[in-house]
Amino acid sequence: MVFYIQRAVKDILENRFLNVVTIITIALAVLIVSAFGLFFLNAQDMFNAWKKGVRIMVYLAPGTSEAQRLNTRYRLQAIAGIQSIRFISKDDALELMKERMRRQTSLLENMRENPLPDAFELALVSESNSPEKIEFLAQRIEGLPSVSEVEYGQQWIDRFANFFNLFKLVGYGMGAMFFMAAVFIAANTIRLVLYTRREEIHIMRLVGATDNFIKLPFYLEGLIQGFSGGLIGLGMLFTAFYAIGSQFEQSLSAEMVSIRFFSPGTCAVILGGGMVTGLLGGFFSLNQFVKE
Amino acid sequence: MTNMADKIAVIRMFHVYKRYGAKQALVDATLDIAKNEFLFISGPSGAGKSTLLKLLYLAEPVSEGQILVDGMNLSRISRRRIPMLRRKFGIIFQDYKLIPTRTVYENVALVLAVRGKARSHIEKKVKNVLRVVGMEDRMTAYPPSLSGGEQQRVAVARAVAGDPKIILADEPTGSLDDDSAATIFQLLDMFYNRGATVVVATHDKTLIENATGRVLQIHQGRLDMPPDI
Repeated sequence: MVFYIQRAVKDILENRFLNVVTIITIALAVLIVSAFGLFFLNAQDMFNAWKKGVRIMVYLAPGTSEAQRLNTRYRLQAIAGIQSIRFISKDDALELMKERMRRQTSLLENMRENPLPDAFELALVSESNSPEKIEFLAQRIEGLPSVSEVEYGQQWIDRFANFFNLFKLVGYGMGAMFFMAAVFIAANTIRLVLYTRREEIHIMRLVGATDNFIKLPFYLEGLIQGFSGGLIGLGMLFTAFYAIGSQFEQSLSAEMVSIRFFSPGTCAVILGGGMVTGLLGGFFSLNQFVKE
Repeated sequence: MTNMADKIAVIRMFHVYKRYGAKQALVDATLDIAKNEFLFISGPSGAGKSTLLKLLYLAEPVSEGQILVDGMNLSRISRRRIPMLRRKFGIIFQDYKLIPTRTVYENVALVLAVRGKARSHIEKKVKNVLRVVGMEDRMTAYPPSLSGGEQQRVAVARAVAGDPKIILADEPTGSLDDDSAATIFQLLDMFYNRGATVVVATHDKTLIENATGRVLQIHQGRLDMPPDI
């Protein structure tokens, strides 16, 4: 094995230019694909954080008595998926409104009676945060007596979820394309190397080399290229992440969301992906070449 | 019937034909080559000498007929087994066929590396055969920096490094001056005396005149001398 690795390293050094091109290609592919991945990872985090903040406002019908209100509260408590229930009386709501609209208080002061309804603010358990579940809950709550209206941020969550999924799909597609392009380029580089060394391979065959003996160093070469490319790509991403991330961090800290890099496990998977790219490149070019 | 019949044939050819399109390169060749025989195959260029050798190590498939090499039937051999067949041979070419980007040492070591030999064994063996052919002080040189005679000596070292049963030499002295050619022949003779079967294809008349072994003539793809069986 040591012999094969030595040969592979020697071959890489002998064909420096071609190998550098392949490594850079793999590095760029890894960079682009994992940049997408990193973006999704953090966007997903953010999305989840927003979802956690989703509240359902349950507005009660005007003239609801205290007994009716307690009845509604009791029924709300019986619904699974609701974490907490907070009652906001219409007076509290008005106070809150006044506070928020401090500059336009004159508008509110001229009102003869409080037009706001009593309301319950519901926080949901995290499992109930999907748009489908929120909608389901909202429908159930709407059916309760004394409830006039249920409000939740469903529309924008739905829209965002759709957009996010579409974006993810585009990401997968692009990732696949970059992967294929990288494999294709790696395959072509190895083919060029094979072509420059066809006489040598011919001689190896004549002295009794098996196909595997001929192929193995090229596979190792592919693996080394893939690993180096992966490492360089990840390194570039990490550098960019720190350079850009530190600025984002400040603006996002108010939202209680922090951005993060890939876990060591994911980094290992990405490196593995780079290695698979190099290996596949070798596989495609060798299978064709050795048969000839 | 000579004493050939008493010897074990290491190569047997039965009614072998080789065609390249309409051209007949080898016609009805039947031949036994005994173990530890020194055989010359002689004839003008294009007579079919090289073709005959190429059929033996399966550089080309036969068009018709059967060849047995050390018990292996070449028409039944699978692609995977071809390397095993080739390891029975040490092959010397007119154009040396050394890898120009590998040192003398690496070129010879390759033969042992493909056989999966241990590094320590390879080192010992390569140094030994290079000493025998007188090239041990050029181990780190690259083939293009060597003279033709030196390159051919390296090729001989490569051919014998794996202790093959059969040495095939295709015009081994075709590109060499007389002194270098004599050296190569002395080496071949030495390995013959050590027990190898040596088959030399050549059109060099002086070599054949001095030959001690059997000489087969080939003309237009036909073996002229009756096969000695």
